[in-house]
Amino acid sequence: MSTIQVQALHKKYNGLHAVRGISFSVEKGEVFGFLGPNGAGKTSTINMLTGLARPSSGTITIHGMDALKHTKDIQSRIGVVPDESNLYDDLSGLDNLSFCASLYGMKKADRIRKARELLASFSLDAARDRPFRTYSKGMKRKLTIAAAIIHEPEILFLDEPTSGIDVESARQIRRLIRSLHDQGVTIFLTTHYIEDAERLCDRIAFIVEGVIVETDTVSALLSRNKDTREVAFKAVEGGRHLHDAVKQRWPDVTIRAVSAEGIRVVLEHETSIMPFLKLFESGGFDLLEARIIHQSLEDVFVSITGIDIDRLEKAREAEST
Amino acid sequence: MNRVQAFLSILSKDMKTYYLKPPNISWGLIFPLAWTLMFFIRTEGDVDVLELLPGVMGLSILFGTTSMLAVTITFERKQRSFERLLLAPISVNVLMLAKTSGAILFGIANAFVPVLMALLLADLSNVGWLAVLGGVFFISITSTFLGLFIAVSVREVFEAQTFSNFFRFPMIFLCGLFVPIGDLPLFLRPLSHILPLTYGVDILRNGIEHTALFPLWLNFGVLMLFSVGLFGLSTRMIKKRWIL
Ligand SMILES: Nc1ncnc2c1ncn2[C@@H]1O[C@H](COP(=O)(O)OP(=O)(O)OP(=O)(O)O)[C@@H](O)[C@H]1O
Ligand SMILES: [Mg+2]
Repeated sequence: MSTIQVQALHKKYNGLHAVRGISFSVEKGEVFGFLGPNGAGKTSTINMLTGLARPSSGTITIHGMDALKHTKDIQSRIGVVPDESNLYDDLSGLDNLSFCASLYGMKKADRIRKARELLASFSLDAARDRPFRTYSKGMKRKLTIAAAIIHEPEILFLDEPTSGIDVESARQIRRLIRSLHDQGVTIFLTTHYIEDAERLCDRIAFIVEGVIVETDTVSALLSRNKDTREVAFKAVEGGRHLHDAVKQRWPDVTIRAVSAEGIRVVLEHETSIMPFLKLFESGGFDLLEARIIHQSLEDVFVSITGIDIDRLEKAREAEST
Repeated sequence: MNRVQAFLSILSKDMKTYYLKPPNISWGLIFPLAWTLMFFIRTEGDVDVLELLPGVMGLSILFGTTSMLAVTITFERKQRSFERLLLAPISVNVLMLAKTSGAILFGIANAFVPVLMALLLADLSNVGWLAVLGGVFFISITSTFLGLFIAVSVREVFEAQTFSNFFRFPMIFLCGLFVPIGDLPLFLRPLSHILPLTYGVDILRNGIEHTALFPLWLNFGVLMLFSVGLFGLSTRMIKKRWIL
């Protein structure tokens, strides 16, 4: 049986449909990612899974238990990293961790030992006795994650674990997620960073406007458009001339992009790159580059949802400044 | 076992971060002092300490407890650290008992500041301490739960403060603390009967001055009803509004 099973889950806030009947399941020990733009319903879903919000309709089963009836039993076996740090400003790093562990019934000696271990593994040793208030954003995030795993949960929920922090901290967090994965912890994370989803997740659900538009393993998603590879050619003569040469010879070939330096051509099925090279050679082109472009998860996301997350993100930032 | 651990841990965290902080301790001391002084001045030194004591004790508890919950609950909710508690494997009832037990203890401690002062000024040998202790305990619980009810009804800390005054100030004048209920204008008397402090102070009066309006069992009964009602309403509100 799946560790998490969600059926027709729906969440409405006074007339606004945040989540519109989603269904998915997460297997034991798997890293499952919810990938989607702002406002897609990721946090709403996590809140319903963890008992912070009540579904408007639908069912959630975790460890075989109805999550709405056995919320507290389930909560004792899960850890939650919220999208914003929510530890106590006035408590030190160590006290924060110890307090969080105590809520799960851990004994004092165990709490302190585990808290020290975690502080060390997150390189927060030096800040151990400082109030949380004085931590930087990245340090706060790391401590928040430590607080969510100190009681050794079987399932860990992470809402945007790497957003808004520097590269090194993000790397540390990814490393930690991987090591938890190796220890058999089931992980549910949300992100709007495609790279995170690609690097961390076994399976991904694309969620847009409260609807899951696709769920699959990362490798399956990546191989989905394998038949249509793209090749970039660059030549001294420039993109315009390359474009004309190709179109004259093969009017049916799809050219994705034409730039000052070169073109991007779509290679259908088993088409080889060789005919193009021969064409350019015989046409007297001074070729600078011929490169097969690998499909990224982002391309798949864009082709499935028609949404460019990066662009949305930038538009939103521009709006808010 | 887990529940006891979590309960004690929440209580000791609140004690450490809120109640034992110097500003709160001094607030707990200054407040009763100020009330006593005020009446001392008003009566031009000719003050009957025993007559004053129940009222000052009642107010010290009321103000001490209600003002703390705006911080321990409304503020923590605003800071989102309250979510952490809602995510913990403890029921909302145990959680809220843990969150309020600090304020209850704080209220009890506040009540004994005027008692200590009275010890210096008057003869307390005739005081029925059992009734006083029981009264202090129940006033503290009831006013804490009143504070809880206010704290969960609002979003902002300042709203909690304003809203508490809405309850606190009428109680000062209507609960027979300083003006005997019998001397109140007729139309105000029913109002004083629906305020919990009226019954609490009556218990203290019973213990300290050996005069009372109502029998003890009625006073305790009413306070208990108020406590259970306010606590029940508050936890229901949390479950309904805070678990979205
Ligand atoms: N408490 C609430 N009351 C009303 N509307 C809400 C509430 N919480 C979320 N929403 C709305 O529900 C929708 C989904 O929000 P949600 O926070 O789940 O999105 P998200 O995918 O987590 O977005 P982000 O990437 O910005 O965190 C949004 O339109 C949001 O405005
Ligand atoms: Mg979110």
